[in-house]
Amino acid sequence: MLQEEQQVFSPPEALVDTPTHFCPGCHHGIVHRLVAEVLDRLRVAQDTICVASVGCSVFIYNYLHVDAVEAPHGRAAAVATGVRRARPESIVFTYQGDGDLAAIGLAEILYTANRGENMTVVFVNNTVYGMTGGQLAPTTMVGQKTTTSQQGRRFETDGAPLRMAEIIAGLPGTVYSARVAVDTVQHIKKARKVLLKGFTNQVENRGFSFVEFLSACPTNWRLSPLEANERVGKELIRAFPLGIFKDQESGGPDTESRRSE
Amino acid sequence: MKTEKASLLVKGNEAIALGAMAAGCECYFAYPITPQSEIPEMLSRILVEAGGEFVQAESEIAAANMLLGATACGKRAMTSSSSPGISLKQEAISYMAGSQLPAVIVNVCRGGPGLGSIDPSQGDYYQSTRGGGHGDYRTLTLAPASCQEAYDQTIQAFDLAFRYRNPVVVLGDAILGQMKEPIQAWKERAIQDSRGLSWSLSGARGRKPRLLKSLYLSDGALAGHNRLLQEKYQAMRVECDWEAYKTDDAELIIVAFGSMGRISKSAVRQLRERGLPVGLFRPITLFPFPDEPLAKLAEEGKRFLTIENNAGQMVDDVRLAVRRQSDSELYSVLPGILANPTDLLEPIQRVLHT
Repeated sequence: MLQEEQQVFSPPEALVDTPTHFCPGCHHGIVHRLVAEVLDRLRVAQDTICVASVGCSVFIYNYLHVDAVEAPHGRAAAVATGVRRARPESIVFTYQGDGDLAAIGLAEILYTANRGENMTVVFVNNTVYGMTGGQLAPTTMVGQKTTTSQQGRRFETDGAPLRMAEIIAGLPGTVYSARVAVDTVQHIKKARKVLLKGFTNQVENRGFSFVEFLSACPTNWRLSPLEANERVGKELIRAFPLGIFKDQESGGPDTESRRSE
Repeated sequence: MKTEKASLLVKGNEAIALGAMAAGCECYFAYPITPQSEIPEMLSRILVEAGGEFVQAESEIAAANMLLGATACGKRAMTSSSSPGISLKQEAISYMAGSQLPAVIVNVCRGGPGLGSIDPSQGDYYQSTRGGGHGDYRTLTLAPASCQEAYDQTIQAFDLAFRYRNPVVVLGDAILGQMKEPIQAWKERAIQDSRGLSWSLSGARGRKPRLLKSLYLSDGALAGHNRLLQEKYQAMRVECDWEAYKTDDAELIIVAFGSMGRISKSAVRQLRERGLPVGLFRPITLFPFPDEPLAKLAEEGKRFLTIENNAGQMVDDVRLAVRRQSDSELYSVLPGILANPTDLLEPIQRVLHT
């Protein structure tokens, strides 16, 4: 007698069942899925308000079954502060790329972290402005060629890439800051764990959590999806070390002095 | 409902803060700038004591975007600033107009361009009534001329913002912000149910997810969205408001708004005492502009003189309103000059007698 089929795996409920519009080999889809899995796991998708940013990241609202609002370029953290203050009982997260968060939105992200707003920031770093055609980003690596650094980024004129997870970790208001990658199964599993912690902190009212994802952009890197994925492991992780840079119970003004004692 | 209350002697800025409290404002975000500092100073205390949220933002830009976030949740929320700060907020105001969010923005206008001065000015008339930021949008704009009106119109601004789901600007100036007058704080504070709204964000429990956005990429979608917005701006015309003072038998109508409207009213009163046939038309809503009553006065054969504390901005709207029968002269008091009613007597008489 035939046994009835048993389903052992299904997509997350918070994820919209729709074909992706992202380029082949783009990591946004993986990050979306991880966000959806974490929201499911914590059973908070229906309490969540997503703040979308400008760039390829904006389309997150087409892929998640959550309330969402669109922020101007760079302002997601400020918009999320308004949402957080208006809805203290909701789960609030921003989803931002590197141009948005680390260039035009640098003030907003620093001050939101510094105020210790109880929210989660999902930061997707692919080292270029994706939607506008692959220009030099605040996270472009020294030597990396982009459409506005065609001979490669020069430290002498363009400075060095910003390591946001480390910068955010240095602020007293931050309770959790980490960098993960999604180029291998092992890294994806680790990333899920880290992201779960980033959202759990919020559910438990601990404060500001920041998770940076290293991401491939095959189209603007002028690489095949496989080559782009390999580049994350070979080059990006060297420039942006993976790790948890801060993990504590709560934020507070005495964090720094406590550490130095 | 109006209840009898004792008069309070307050600055215009304080009247605005009290109006916001009475309107049920729950979230307020701001950055320090003269001459509106009494608004954040007062609300940092009384709003927080009432259980509301106050954030002194890292920038004008951040304050305006916090406003965007709070209004997306359906909360009555406000920011205030003065001219250079309002310029910085324009990005968020454009997004809030595009996303149809009911924000209240107070501009206690000061002299410009650039850093200008902290003197009174009406130099932000264009910015307030033409949208101010990028794209085809308008903000409802109210122009109080007294501390009582500052209080009343701040309350009204919240009501209008939610009626039309649109940003509303209260355009005062340094005179209004800094002068003290008795006001009747007639309204009891009442909090609006932000979850009962059909569009506000609160998490999609038991309903479909909601999205508030201004991005419309698919073919024709943006045109459809803009059509809807334009229809809304047309519908706002029923909100047109103005004060007409001794216009019935006047030959020359002074058109002036806000503080300059009030100064002009004193000048008109003095000239009436001398038997001169002058009247005052004071637009209270700057957008929508009360062009129909002005056109009607033009049909009656009146002549017009627009007086502004700028180089001549509202005069464009007056001329458009009366263009079929008449025109308007302009008397410009440049920002940096504080006009007295007596300063206006000669210029008004000059136009009257030409």
